[in-house]
Amino acid sequence: MKFTKIAALTAVAMVATSLTAFAADLSGAGATFPYPVYAKWADAYKKETGIGLNYQSIGSGGGIKQIKAKTVTFGASDAPLPGKELDEAGLAQFPMVMGGIVPVVNLDGIKPGDLVIDGPTLAKIFLGDIKKWDDAAIAKLNPGVKLPSQAIALVHRSDGSGTTYNFTYYLSDVSPDWKTKVGTNTAVQWPAGIGAKGNEGVANNVGNTKGSIGYVEYAYAKQNKLTFTKMVNKDGKTVAPTAETFQAAAANADWNSQPGFGVILANEPGANSWPMTAATWILIYKKAPDAAATTEALKFFAWSYAKGQDMAKDLDYVPMPAKTVSDVQKMWSSDIKDASGKSLFTLTH
Amino acid sequence: MSEVALNDTTMATGESAPRAAVLKRLRVTDNMFRGITRGCALFVLLILSGVILALVIGALPALQKFGFAFVYTEVWNPVTEEFGALAPIYGTLVTSIIAMVIAVPVGIMVAFFLTELCPKMLRRPIAIAIELLAGIPSIIYGIWGLFVFAPFLQKYIQPFLIDTLGNVPGISSLFQGPPYGIGMLTAGLILAIMVLPFITAISRDVFDAVPPVLKEAAYGLGCTQWEVFRSVVLPYTKVGVIGGVMLGLGRALGETMAVTFVIGNAHKISASILQPGTTISAAIANEFTEAVSDIYTSSLTALGLILFIITFFVLAAARYMLLRLQKQGGK
Amino acid sequence: MASFASNPLYTRRRRSDVISKVLAYSATTFGLGWLVLILGVLIYNGLGGLTLDVFTHDTPPPGSDGGLLNAIVGSLIMTILAVVIGTPIGVLAGTYMAEYGRHDKLSSIVRFINDILLSAPSIVVGLFVYQIVVAPMGHFSGYAGAVSLAVLVIPVVVRTTEDMLMLVPDTMREAAASIGLPRAHMIVRIAYRAARAGIVTGILLAIARVSGETAPLLFTALNNQFFSVNMNAPMPSLPVVIFQFALSPYEEWQRLAWTGALLITVTVLALSILARSLTAARK
Repeated sequence: MKFTKIAALTAVAMVATSLTAFAADLSGAGATFPYPVYAKWADAYKKETGIGLNYQSIGSGGGIKQIKAKTVTFGASDAPLPGKELDEAGLAQFPMVMGGIVPVVNLDGIKPGDLVIDGPTLAKIFLGDIKKWDDAAIAKLNPGVKLPSQAIALVHRSDGSGTTYNFTYYLSDVSPDWKTKVGTNTAVQWPAGIGAKGNEGVANNVGNTKGSIGYVEYAYAKQNKLTFTKMVNKDGKTVAPTAETFQAAAANADWNSQPGFGVILANEPGANSWPMTAATWILIYKKAPDAAATTEALKFFAWSYAKGQDMAKDLDYVPMPAKTVSDVQKMWSSDIKDASGKSLFTLTH
Repeated sequence: MSEVALNDTTMATGESAPRAAVLKRLRVTDNMFRGITRGCALFVLLILSGVILALVIGALPALQKFGFAFVYTEVWNPVTEEFGALAPIYGTLVTSIIAMVIAVPVGIMVAFFLTELCPKMLRRPIAIAIELLAGIPSIIYGIWGLFVFAPFLQKYIQPFLIDTLGNVPGISSLFQGPPYGIGMLTAGLILAIMVLPFITAISRDVFDAVPPVLKEAAYGLGCTQWEVFRSVVLPYTKVGVIGGVMLGLGRALGETMAVTFVIGNAHKISASILQPGTTISAAIANEFTEAVSDIYTSSLTALGLILFIITFFVLAAARYMLLRLQKQGGK
Repeated sequence: MASFASNPLYTRRRRSDVISKVLAYSATTFGLGWLVLILGVLIYNGLGGLTLDVFTHDTPPPGSDGGLLNAIVGSLIMTILAVVIGTPIGVLAGTYMAEYGRHDKLSSIVRFINDILLSAPSIVVGLFVYQIVVAPMGHFSGYAGAVSLAVLVIPVVVRTTEDMLMLVPDTMREAAASIGLPRAHMIVRIAYRAARAGIVTGILLAIARVSGETAPLLFTALNNQFFSVNMNAPMPSLPVVIFQFALSPYEEWQRLAWTGALLITVTVLALSILARSLTAARK
């Protein structure tokens, strides 16, 4: 019967395609924070080497879960795992790139950079204590700006997010009220507001909802022409989100001070520092379950460190400093091995 | 019948041996075929049991940790790993109720139109058009809802509702809050549009099955078309209509993609239907791939189990009612 | 004889009749209006993006132009596999219920259960397949996606097969028996052939049903931004790509989401109309 012929052909095709699996596309999953730059790197890498990187931007929480479940070659997270958890899981962690988180608003007549917000006020807004745009606390920071008497529509993340981790870390740092009521984590019990999926979802929602405020990684604000605000940093100075202010915040970081290079850059001192700067990390197994895929992944990361700097800067991400890159690559060659104990990455210099 | 011939063994010897061999082969293949089909029918049962079993096993850690309190706790805190299903259950029920309140009267009236008022020639095209609504995949409803319907609601309808009904004592708390555009009301409205064709289709089928003699008797007494419908058709088809309504309810309860786009993903219970909320299926769809801890995954699976139990009972009741109507009316 | 017009009871009855008719007409216009609105928006937003690129290029990274080729191919592969798995099981089960076990207890239970499965929330099916395929395998795969779609195909095919086989007149069966044809042969050669159009209808309806399903694929096949026919790895699919792209703030992605939505809707509606015309021709 014709049906059996179709079934047989399908079976053959399936087996054939499974066998071609080895020409592995790398798989990674996790943070939406660095997704714009990872996607750009993956595109350029594929054009140069033909190897594709399948990165699913499902949120840092998802990245951590998937790498622990060994369903992907590497995970990506903006929330660094503590040393104990890294050792327990047998994971290596290293920072890939840095960027800034910015508050974005949607108000008539307000243009990017018009509004100024400080940490305590931001915390009160997200706690739901400040409900209207013309509240005294906001007006105090913005003399001369016409604020409408509109209800604030809050947008936060609905998924497990490293962006949320860094954002809530900052809020906990500047607001004891936030620290006790909500705390710091990749997903928290938000007192108010709607939840959107990924940095993309927040950007989308804020763009479409009048009177809304949300928090996104800066590349999303820039790419989608959202209205970001200026902030008041630890030193009391008003700063705008630019590559310079992100870099100023990152300049003080001692990357070797935490296991797995897990340094949080929120609320860094410095007159020119952006208060919500953050790094994003890659998680990969020290004892690689799939040596070939892990080797390819490390080659991709080395390529991104070496050649991806300009692409990162175009999107206003901050590349890792050279010394940290060499420290990371030393860690690769000493820590990341295949089943027989052979190192998967050789230092070229 | 042929079974007699197949099972006849007296011909196994002598000149009829080749024929007996053929018959034996036919008997074997016949039994094999029967066995295979029976096995496939059992497989369908197996799928259902498998689903229930997989859900129960997956949900067990959460149910053991939280106990029955899981069903009525509102907290949903991934930080402290405390989870409660009340907010998703509430959202599921509220959006479905909003959907049914709109879809049931409208669906029945459309069926009334199609069976009584519509010119014969237009009946099929309009019926097909309404059923096309059922064919549109739910993700289409989702993006249409997010990009077209929600902004429309946000700009025109919701401010209007907040200003008028938000001040009417008694129901004012239902219409508070900033106009997000998305939220429980939006999700309920989209569900109403999705459920409408189901109610219409089943109602139309049962209305058509009313014996004409009953209707003609009523007309003979001088009843208007509406009176015939209300006093003869509806009571006669009551069970079938309710069956159709429950089928629609089952669909509304389980609908995922359309709701996920416009519900707002807030694990909170608000009195106002203009506020964001969450439903069971939206919560699972949004959070499953990112649930980091085992308890989190297990809590989401427990939500799935609760949803399956609810829809199972609703659908079982619906099928039972429709079955009774079939037996009573005769197809 | 009292004048009808002045009889208060009569005017009241007449008024409620007119009001109800107005309501009925409005309800129908309301329902049809939504259909026109949704399809209209879909065509308006999706048609503009319907270029040849959509069928020749893969999904692009944010900020670039591209197409939907990998998603379309992925969906096709998983749907075909689901139909290949689900149709035999469904047809055979329906055959048992219509032929061998027409009146026995097993059939009525299966019929009932089948109807439940038919309307069950598809996300629950996704959870089920995650537990039995993805978790043991350790990774997302096209196989898992195909299995979850197959679980959705089976109830549709069982239902239509049983209904169509029941329509075959018993006189045909008796005629076959009278010439000594064994049951199995009679079913395959006579009943199937008679119900052929109906069974094909069932398959078409099943394809229409799974073409638009997103929820079960979310945690079985995941997604893949490159072209992949590797069933053992995450596989792209049109509905999941639409889901991701629509929720993003990138214009190119949103445009592709609308175009993809238009493609799915046209496919599903065409299949439904085709299936309907097949059964109509039979009647």
